[in-house]
Amino acid sequence: MIHTTVGNIGHFFVILSFVTALVSTIAYLLVALSQRKADSAPVEFERAERLEYAEVTSAGAGRTSIPVSSKRPRTDKKTPSGKAAVAGKAGEPRNDWRMLARWAFYVHGVAVVGIVGALFYIVSNHYFEYHYAWSYSSKALPAEYIISSFWHGQEGSFLLWIFWNAVLGVILINTNRKWEAPMMMVFALVQAFLASMILGVVFGDTLKIGSSPFLLLREAMPDAPIFATDPLFVPEDGKGMNPLLQNYWMVIHPPTLFLGFALTLVPFAYCMAGLWRNQPLEWIRPALPWTLLGAMILGVGIMMGGYWAYETLNFGGYWNWDPVENAVYVPWLIMVAALHTMLIAKRSSTGLKTAIILTIAQFILILYSTFLTRSGILGNASVHSFTDLGLSGQLLVYLFAFIILSVFLAARKWKLIPSDEQETSVYTKEFWLFIGATVLCLAGFQVIATTSIPVYNSILESFGKVSNLALPVDQIAHYNKFQIWFFAIIALLSGIGQYMWWRKVENRNWNALVTPAILTLLISAGLIAFGEVRNPVYMALLVASVFAIVANGTILLGVIRGNYRLSGGAVAHIGMALMLIGVLFSSGYSRVISLNNSGILISRSEDFTKNDNKENKENVLLWLNQSERMDQYQLTYRGQRIEARDVPGYFPRSWVQLIEGDFHGIALRDIDVNGKVYHKKGDTLALFPENIFYEVEYREPSGKIFTLYPRLQVNERMGVVLSPDISRKVGRDLYTYVATAPDPTAEDQWDKTETYSVALKDTFFLNDYVAILDDVVRTNDVDGTELGPNDAAVKAQVRVLDKNGEHILSPAFIIKDRLVGRRAETNEELGLRIQLNEIDPRTGKFTFAVNRKQRDYIVLKAFEKPLINVLWIGTFILVIGFLMATVRRYREFSKMRNKGMA
Amino acid sequence: MKLSHIFGIIVIAIAIAIIVSTAGDASSYVTFTQAAQMAKDGNDDMIHVVGKLKKDAAGQIEGLFYQPEMDPNHFEFTLVDNDNRVQKVVYNAPKPQDFDRSEQVVVIGSMQDDHFQCNKILLKCPSKYQDGKLETTEHEAKTAKL
Repeated sequence: MIHTTVGNIGHFFVILSFVTALVSTIAYLLVALSQRKADSAPVEFERAERLEYAEVTSAGAGRTSIPVSSKRPRTDKKTPSGKAAVAGKAGEPRNDWRMLARWAFYVHGVAVVGIVGALFYIVSNHYFEYHYAWSYSSKALPAEYIISSFWHGQEGSFLLWIFWNAVLGVILINTNRKWEAPMMMVFALVQAFLASMILGVVFGDTLKIGSSPFLLLREAMPDAPIFATDPLFVPEDGKGMNPLLQNYWMVIHPPTLFLGFALTLVPFAYCMAGLWRNQPLEWIRPALPWTLLGAMILGVGIMMGGYWAYETLNFGGYWNWDPVENAVYVPWLIMVAALHTMLIAKRSSTGLKTAIILTIAQFILILYSTFLTRSGILGNASVHSFTDLGLSGQLLVYLFAFIILSVFLAARKWKLIPSDEQETSVYTKEFWLFIGATVLCLAGFQVIATTSIPVYNSILESFGKVSNLALPVDQIAHYNKFQIWFFAIIALLSGIGQYMWWRKVENRNWNALVTPAILTLLISAGLIAFGEVRNPVYMALLVASVFAIVANGTILLGVIRGNYRLSGGAVAHIGMALMLIGVLFSSGYSRVISLNNSGILISRSEDFTKNDNKENKENVLLWLNQSERMDQYQLTYRGQRIEARDVPGYFPRSWVQLIEGDFHGIALRDIDVNGKVYHKKGDTLALFPENIFYEVEYREPSGKIFTLYPRLQVNERMGVVLSPDISRKVGRDLYTYVATAPDPTAEDQWDKTETYSVALKDTFFLNDYVAILDDVVRTNDVDGTELGPNDAAVKAQVRVLDKNGEHILSPAFIIKDRLVGRRAETNEELGLRIQLNEIDPRTGKFTFAVNRKQRDYIVLKAFEKPLINVLWIGTFILVIGFLMATVRRYREFSKMRNKGMA
Repeated sequence: MKLSHIFGIIVIAIAIAIIVSTAGDASSYVTFTQAAQMAKDGNDDMIHVVGKLKKDAAGQIEGLFYQPEMDPNHFEFTLVDNDNRVQKVVYNAPKPQDFDRSEQVVVIGSMQDDHFQCNKILLKCPSKYQDGKLETTEHEAKTAKL
């Protein structure tokens, strides 16, 4: 049965959200227009406000007030002062418009919640007649991941973004007084654009606006033959969610990242509102806490993605300079640069101008990154960009609309920003913060210049030229050679900047910085010697990071005694410096320990012995149950394991028989883990059949044993995905993954049978092994066969020697009810199956049938990542710093607001 | 000269350095013939070559060589580029798991004597979910280093 109602409701909400966003935009525009007319005049009011504003400069820093005359916008002169009196009341008659705008936005919010609800209802009820549910979920999907299938598709992730914007919009309407109309106009306009992305309206044959998440399967693929025969066809099950994304990080990473996306809109909207209202400086106070929060959330979202990649993908790190990663990294850098310039905007017109440009840029860059990742333009360049939904044109319109609007508005109001009367001195915080912001921007520019290479190709192609530029081959080296230096400088500046900020360096006297500098050199020297840092580039980064920690730490100690609330900046800088040190050691000193030093480097290829191939020998081959030495560890591959949904840990794959095309399996024996029986033989149990874990035992020199379970995932969407398992220690992580293994889904391939006739105590060769028939004994115990009084059974004992010791194989020969039965024995480690075929009493010879197969093995790669925990700790501290700064700036804003000044 | 001018000049200089370096590091898409010519001219820059696996009449892939028990880090295959030039490619890393399924292969590396030595492989495998769409996976021989 096709449930059309919920889809129709959903689609209705989509249209409603689009329309209400438009209505709200227009209504807010009308309010803003009338307000501006009234607002543009009040000279006296402005002056008073400016004086007040100047008085409460950032706490702790001096209280020199700004000369009012130099800061006053030139427009003041033009406006007839007579209108000033109307200012206070002008808003009143327009209240109905304001009410309309506000309520339109509230209805919009409700509609967005309605869309989310409808989509969630469809997915969680497994309505596979809907394209979205069919594409991204299945009955096998564990309940906790239903929520993440929601943002698996492009439409859902747009929806997530819209949702956060709506939430933020409602909060902003209720937390500020003066800014509502012009700011919410921008908000509602963005919402209208975003809602149009999921509108799913087609005009004629070509013009498609948006892609609806509520399409029925038969609407999404009208050409599928099944719908010709049965228009009411509903698939039994969905295609399911990419199992790679079935991970807790993928439940929280996308919402965090999109909240970060949404938060970039807040400073942008305030900035637009400020320009609109001819108050090019005043928007900064309310925007600052939101910028800080946005930088924090976006940063956390990026790091979550990195952590997921570290745990799940096998490239060996948390950051790969993939275009998709770069596309959010750049806006984050610019956002951080923007917030630093906001801090100096009050006293430096260069700072203010930069703050306006960067605030616009960080939002535009988010749109650009959306375009990069969703238009399909990256094509070959990236592994995990979305496929093209045919929305690239619409995304371009969206991008250019906001570029044009914001640049136009900024250009028109540029003259309102006064010029600095004198050049900034080197001895001011303004100078140092500005340099810091500039370096951040250059770092962002370097990344985006390279990431956009596919875009240059497309642009040239659209002009009829052929361009065959490709991304750099060694992207990591390409980006790092700049980013390391940029961040070394940023670390240094963060220390110096803090000293300037707190006025420790005054009257051209740098003495205050001498102590931290000496301390830095001492600590760095120790670290360089102890950590055996030899690379001069790494030394530079290390020294800079240590300086950042020492300088900011000193400031922190000083500030905490006064008012700990003001120490957010110092704390955040310390976090950043720790992150740099963590990155430096975990990446720069990552050491491959799975070196193939077995001596078996035989290959037909000539270049095999060449020196430059040596570094490629970074994998070891492990045969089942044959231990190998690797670095300080003795390694043993113990076999393939599988995970059941209701059994802790892993158990051998041979314990269950998988049911084809289902996620259940049948227990072939009692499933007991740690002495507890979870399932009886013959039970059906729910599994994660796509995941195979390879149990690898590590024995340390001390004899301590730990086990890692690197994973191989037979991923229908992506082929085979290999994921590491990580042994986490305080000082270092041991990162292990299976580089390759025999296809676990293939049936065993046995060679043709060979027969051997041997007498007792004879030695013979099986495969490459020496085998000895030790004995043939009568037995009453043959597994699986009941022996009666007239029956008989014998077991041969064949001893097989391999390099690690001996194996006893005991095939059985049974006579039951006058019929002959043979029970073969299989040894996986040797790849042998042996069967006792005949016993000849006359000659005393025993005939064995032997089959061979490929032995089970894995090719394993392992490396150590030292001090990676410093990176995670640094991230955590950075977040705390950002939060402290956010709270402080929000309190400042709300204090001013309550006085009626912000 | 004012401080701001010096500062501006430095910023512009760095920006130019970035652009030059981007242009210098950027690789390009070429054919095997061009790659061989580059190697002959002593240019050892790494390049991208797009190609397809060589298949016989029955659709079986030809020219694959991988024996992990001999050497898990040596994989050879034969690629046909867009000019139909057939080329032996050597990849000193384990064979990517989904290699056989791929429709299009991008190899990144350089020509060395009789073969193309590749460091990185991008595979385009047919998506089971979206007809006519390909999905890309990436494989790299060396460990990523800072």
